[in-house]
Amino acid sequence: MTEISPLRLDAPAASPKPPALSIRGLRKHFGAKVAVDGIDLDVPAGSFYGLVGPNGAGKTTSLSMATGLLRPDAGEVWVHGVDVWARPLEAKKLMGLLPDGVRLFDRLTGEQLVTYAGLLRGMDKDTVAHRVQDLLSVLDLAKDAGTLVVDYSAGMTKKIALAAAMIHAPSLLVLDEPFESVDPVSAANIRDILTDYVNSGGTVIVSSHVMDLVQRMCDHVAVIAGGHVLAAGTVDEVRGGQSLEDKFVELVGGRNQSAGLQWLRTS
Amino acid sequence: MVAHLLRLKLTLLRNSLKRSTMQIVGLVFAGIYGLGLLVMVLVGLAALGAAEPETIGMVTVLAGSAVFLGWLVVPVVASGLDMTLDPARFTTFAIPMKSLLVGLALSGFIGIPGAVTLLAALGTAASWWRNPLAGIVALLCGALAALTCIVASRAITAASTSLASSRRFKDLSGIVLLVPLMFLGPIIGSVSSSINDLSDYLPSLANTLSWTPLGAVWAIPAEVAKGAYGVAGLKFVIALATVALLAWIWKVCLAKALVTPAFAGGTRRAAGKMGFFAWFPQTPAGAVAARCLTYWIRDPRYSAGLIVAPLLPLVLVFAGSQAGGLGSVGTILGYGGAFAAFMIAWSISSDISYDNTAFALHLATGLSGRADRAGRVVAAAVLALPLGLMFIVAGAVVSGSWAAFPAMLGLMLGATGAGLGLASIFSARFIMNVALPGESPMKSKPGNNFSAVLIQLAGFGGAGLLCVPVGALVVTAAVTGVPLFGWLAMVAGLVLGAGYLVLGIRWGAKEYNRRGPELLLAVSVDR
Repeated sequence: MTEISPLRLDAPAASPKPPALSIRGLRKHFGAKVAVDGIDLDVPAGSFYGLVGPNGAGKTTSLSMATGLLRPDAGEVWVHGVDVWARPLEAKKLMGLLPDGVRLFDRLTGEQLVTYAGLLRGMDKDTVAHRVQDLLSVLDLAKDAGTLVVDYSAGMTKKIALAAAMIHAPSLLVLDEPFESVDPVSAANIRDILTDYVNSGGTVIVSSHVMDLVQRMCDHVAVIAGGHVLAAGTVDEVRGGQSLEDKFVELVGGRNQSAGLQWLRTS
Repeated sequence: MVAHLLRLKLTLLRNSLKRSTMQIVGLVFAGIYGLGLLVMVLVGLAALGAAEPETIGMVTVLAGSAVFLGWLVVPVVASGLDMTLDPARFTTFAIPMKSLLVGLALSGFIGIPGAVTLLAALGTAASWWRNPLAGIVALLCGALAALTCIVASRAITAASTSLASSRRFKDLSGIVLLVPLMFLGPIIGSVSSSINDLSDYLPSLANTLSWTPLGAVWAIPAEVAKGAYGVAGLKFVIALATVALLAWIWKVCLAKALVTPAFAGGTRRAAGKMGFFAWFPQTPAGAVAARCLTYWIRDPRYSAGLIVAPLLPLVLVFAGSQAGGLGSVGTILGYGGAFAAFMIAWSISSDISYDNTAFALHLATGLSGRADRAGRVVAAAVLALPLGLMFIVAGAVVSGSWAAFPAMLGLMLGATGAGLGLASIFSARFIMNVALPGESPMKSKPGNNFSAVLIQLAGFGGAGLLCVPVGALVVTAAVTGVPLFGWLAMVAGLVLGAGYLVLGIRWGAKEYNRRGPELLLAVSVDR
C-alpha cells in the first residue's frame, strides 16, 4: 500500500528515522478523574504495536490525544517527527484512524462514506474511486456497498470504518478495538491486510482486550493501566517466557483468588 | 418489583439532572410552568363549583376529553418522547408482565406532565364542594381518568413502535405528522370563527362525548350530583372497559415488543449510486456539500426543517388572506420568501451538534475549517436560495405586480447571507443539545430549552441587525414607491449578503480550526 521499503526494527535506538509515534508526558483529566497520568511511549516505524489494558485504563483517551481528536492537558506527541498538536494538518495526513465509540455519517451508503473520507483528505476522485472498490471487495462489503451504513450490522460498520481509515494509504494506522464484533473470517482477512501493510513498511497500532490475538499478531506491546504505562517493548521482552495473558494479569493485578461464586453451581 | 421500577425512574431523573446545571434550570422552568397551570386549573375548578351540576359536568367532560386526546396524540407525534423506561431495555430481565405493566404505568406519573394530569384530575373534586358525595366520586374518577391517560399513551406508544419497527417508517412518520400540527392554529381559528353559536353547540357535544370512552369517566360525578345513579353506573362501566381495553392492547403490544428485536434488516444493494457526490466538484469542500445535501434529504432531523421552512410563510399567508385581498397575500408571500430562506440558512447553526461524534471523521482527516464551513454553507444555500426565489416569484404572480420584486430579492439575499454567515460562526462556537442521529426530530431534551432559546435569540437578533441596512431600503422603497430604492435594496442585499457570507465563513473557519477537539468533546458528552 505504501512505497516505503520493508524495514524491520528491533529497537527505536537503532532507527535512523524518528519513531512512527512518540508520546511524552501525556496527561488528561476529566473533572476529578485522572484518565491518563503521564504516558511516555515510542512506537518504532514498521512495527505492529499492541496496546493492551483493562477497561477504563486510558487506552482510548491516549489514542484520541495521540491522533489529534482530544486536546491533552499536558505532554507532546510526534508522528514521524511531526508535532501533532503544533502542526495538526500535516500530522493527520500521515495517520489513518479507526476511533472506538464514535458514530459514523451513517445516512451515507458504505461506498459514499469511504469516498467521503477519501475526498475529505483532498485525494483526487479517480484514485478514490479505484481504492474504494478495492477496499470494499477485500473487506467483503461489495454486495452491501449501496446500503446505508445505518442499516449495517455492528461488524460491517467496523469494517467500513476501517476502510475509511485506510483509504489514503497512511504510514501509521491507529486502530482502536478493530476486531470488536467482527466475524472470524473477516477478522482473519483484516489481519492479513494489516500484516502485509506492516511488511511493506507501514506501522500499525491496535488496542485490544484479546491477549492471544495481540501475542500472535503484534511484534511490540505496551500494557496500560490506571493511566500509566506498566510495561512496553517487544512482545517477547514484555511477556518474558510467560503467556502475555499471564504476564498481563501479573502486571495489572485484580484477579480474584477466592473460591469464586459458591452458589453458581448447577449440581 | 413495581417499587424497583419506580425507584429506577427516579434515579434516572436524578442522574440526568446531575449531568448539567442547564437541565436543572430547564426542569425548574417546566416545574414552575406545570405548577402555575395546576394552580390555575384548581382555582378555576373551585370557582366552577358555584355553577349548576350540568355546567360543571359539561366543562369537565370537554376539558377532560381534550386532555385525554392530548395523551393519545402526543406520543405519536413525538415518538420516543420519554423512553427512559424503554420496555426494550427490560427484555433480558425476567420481569413478570403484571409487575412490568403496573411499574411502567405508575412511573408515568413521575414527571411533570403525568404529575400535573394526576393532580388536576383529582382536583375536579374541588368543583363539587357543594355536593360531598359527588366530590368523593370525583376523586375516584379522577384517579381512574389519570391512569387511563397514562395507559392510553403507553398503549399508543407500544402499538406504534411494534407497527413501525422499520427505520424508514420512523423517519417519515415524525415529519408527516408535523404538517397538520403546523396548520392547527389557522384551522382552529377559521373553524371557531364560523361557529358563533358555540353556547348551543357545546352542551350537545359534551353530552355525546360523555357516552364515549373519551369523556365517560369525567361525566360520572355530574350524574351522581344529579341523582342519576343508573346513568352514572353505565358511564362507570364504559370508563372501566376503556382502561381495561387499553391495558390489554398495551400488554399485547408489549409482549410482542419484548420478543421482537428492535430492527429488522434491509435489503442489500450493490455499489454504483453516488448520489449528490456525483454533482459536486470532488474536493474536500465539495464532498462536505454533497454529504450535507444528502443529509438534508435523508436525515429526518434536517428534512423536517426543510418541510417546515416553506410552510411557515404559508401559515402567515393563511392569516393574511383573512385580513386582506390577493394583493396582500402576494406581498406576504414575497417577503415570506426571505423568512423561509433564512430559516433554512439558520438551520446549519446546529450542524456540528447534529453530526454528533461522526464529526470525528472531519477532525481525523485534518479537514480545513474553510472547507468544512464552505461545504455546509453551499448545501444550505442550494436549498435556501431557490426556495426564497420561488416564494418571491409566486408572490409577484399572485399580486400581479413585479414592482416590489427587486426589493424582495434584495431582502432575501441579505437575510440568507446573514443567516449563513452567522450560522457558520455559531455552529463552530456553540454545541446545542439536539435530537441524536436516528431520533425523532420532534424530540427535545429537558433542560435544553433555556440555553437553546438564548442562543437562538442571539442568532435571530444578530441576523436582524445585519439586515437593517437592506431592510431600511426595502421599507423606503415600499413607502415612497420610488423604484430606485428597490433596485438599491437588491444591490445592497447582494453585496451585504455576500460580504456576511465570506466574513462568516472566515471567522467560523478560524473558530473551527482553533476549537475542533473541544467541539468533538462537547458532542461526545451527549451520545
